[in-house]
Amino acid sequence: MLSQIPTYILSGMAITIAVTLVALPMGFVLGLTFALLRVYGGKFLSAIMAAYSTIMRGVPPLVLLFVLYFIISGVINLTPFWAGSLALGVVSSGYQLEIIRGALCSVGSTQMTAARAIGMSRAKAVRYIILPQALRLIIPSWSNEASVVLKDSSLVSALGVAEITRKSQLIGASTYKFLLAFLTAALIYFILVFLTNRLLDYVERKTRIPGFSHHSTL
Amino acid sequence: MSEWFTLFSNSLPEFWKGTLITLLLTSTGLGIGFLLGIPAAVIRIYGSKYLRWLAIGYIELFRGTPALVQLFVIYYGLPDMGITLDRIPAAIIALGLNSGAYQAEYFRSAIQAIGHDQMMAARAIGMSRIKAIWNIILPQAMRLVIPAWSNEPVSLLKTTAIAFLIAVPDLMTKAKMVATRTYDPIGAYLAVAVIYLILVVILTAILEYISRKSRIPGFDLEIEAQRST
Amino acid sequence: MDKYILEIQNISKRYGGNVILKDISLNVREGDTVVIIGPSGTGKSTLLRCINLLTRIDTGKILLDGKDITTKNVSEDEVRQHVGMVFQNFLLFNHLTALDNVMIGLTKVRKMPANQAKEKAMQELRRVGLADRASHYPGQLSGGQQQRVAIARALAMDPRVMLFDEPTSALDPELIGEVLEVMRKLAEEGMTMLCVTHEMGFAREVADRIIFMEHGVIVEEGPPAELFYRPKFERTREFLWKITELYGKHKDEEKPGDTST
Repeated sequence: MLSQIPTYILSGMAITIAVTLVALPMGFVLGLTFALLRVYGGKFLSAIMAAYSTIMRGVPPLVLLFVLYFIISGVINLTPFWAGSLALGVVSSGYQLEIIRGALCSVGSTQMTAARAIGMSRAKAVRYIILPQALRLIIPSWSNEASVVLKDSSLVSALGVAEITRKSQLIGASTYKFLLAFLTAALIYFILVFLTNRLLDYVERKTRIPGFSHHSTL
Repeated sequence: MSEWFTLFSNSLPEFWKGTLITLLLTSTGLGIGFLLGIPAAVIRIYGSKYLRWLAIGYIELFRGTPALVQLFVIYYGLPDMGITLDRIPAAIIALGLNSGAYQAEYFRSAIQAIGHDQMMAARAIGMSRIKAIWNIILPQAMRLVIPAWSNEPVSLLKTTAIAFLIAVPDLMTKAKMVATRTYDPIGAYLAVAVIYLILVVILTAILEYISRKSRIPGFDLEIEAQRST
Repeated sequence: MDKYILEIQNISKRYGGNVILKDISLNVREGDTVVIIGPSGTGKSTLLRCINLLTRIDTGKILLDGKDITTKNVSEDEVRQHVGMVFQNFLLFNHLTALDNVMIGLTKVRKMPANQAKEKAMQELRRVGLADRASHYPGQLSGGQQQRVAIARALAMDPRVMLFDEPTSALDPELIGEVLEVMRKLAEEGMTMLCVTHEMGFAREVADRIIFMEHGVIVEEGPPAELFYRPKFERTREFLWKITELYGKHKDEEKPGDTST
């Protein structure tokens, strides 16, 4: 049993990473879509998206996870891993919506005007002028969101997903070394969060527009 | 829909008790976090080398790991060292330590936004460092921090739901009990979702009011706020 | 009257490889107004900051009322109470009203009772002509008013010497006059002052002595009449020319370096 612990922990870590890698892009796709609707979608859609954002950000992620988990598994038969990851993605979409909306607004209407002035359609202006700038702007906030999702992935342990927190619980229960088990989990999260932040710092530096420093306070 | 309202109204007494526990966790956690956050921020900026590393270590470790794991370390792990805590104190301490790290960063950006100049001006009329921090830097930082700091009570309120995982009888735990009793998990969790949402909306309104009231006339500086679950 | 209030003896200061002050010596008598001029980045501000101990000198000595303030066992905070400092960008405490800005040094540093401190602070605000703005916050005052409050804040500590570090260079032109007026009044009242400024009109009228500094050394010093009209060194002459063109305040016959006057 003892000799299996390292592989056990590593498999937990792999699942933690996998949950994050499902939830984060999913939150991004939903968040981006909803943000575009929020900003350019007209009164009705905009209001719906505002409500969506308020609800997603006003309810604890753990509570939302449970609600979504039971809804999802009531509709289709998914493993806890998929149901949990997708639910986490939906939770994140509310926050990513706000991040992207902030960036869209701060790129501003002047850029839109300029694009329309050279004959671009609204959709084209968003696609070629607004988004390329906005997506660069969101990187610092998005980096923060990535580590939030990584840390929130610990919550899916409550749904029985065998990620690192769940594995540590099981190891603790079988070896009676809870402190060691959870400190190990903490250390792994810390390293993962650290690496995520460094990676996204790097991405931000690489994608910066030369000579254009836009200090956004998203 | 009407079934759901029946579930909701039948469970109201339970939800009320759960709400009180949730609010207890939020307020005490916030208070402890406040008392830890200010010195941690001040030390991180003005402390000697070793003290500074201590503050950085505390802040970064608690911000870089999930609150849930911190809670498990304190509730399940500390008994290995002979420290056994009841559920509620364990939850309060974990939430307080976690919130303190985030609050420290809010205070730090506020203190840094005020800048060296104010410190220099205070030193120039003969104030000691400590006096300058206490009389000049902190009073300004405390006002400046409010818009960004306003996120913390709401954020912490949402984080308290993890106490459910060590069976603290908070709102979330009540939801689980109702779900088991009624065989309607979606209805039960939806009900507490609504309650959390109401609490968040009320808390946000109160904080916005305070934020408006506390502005220094003619003095505007904004500092950054980020989600900190 | 012959006693020096401030004696600066051979002080030097370097940052990294850059020598900011090189063997500077300067004596100031009680009631003197000394104006320091020179190109920017030549150590004028650093000199003032050294006197207020906001910057520590590397070598040399500074005596205030005959007492060495640069030795280790002297309390910086104690010294600073006797050396008032006015900054280029005012640096009022943003969270305090004008009155509280002037009061806080009295109550927190001097431990004066609040009512007594208030009275004294109001007196200083009257001195700079701002008694009616006592309850305004810095953000509600014009730049000129803020700087006058900053002067009152320094005066409240009853300093032996007042240091002015380009007190008008952050101000819009129309606000400069009111600050210079306050300074002129202070000089007349007999306050000992060291001013770094580019206001040549003020220097000429108010200063007892002008000091021209360049590259961390005192190039030349003397009474205004001498330094402005009969500068000994070419560098001084050049600087005065440039500053005159920039500010355009001299009349033709007062052309610096013109020895016919």
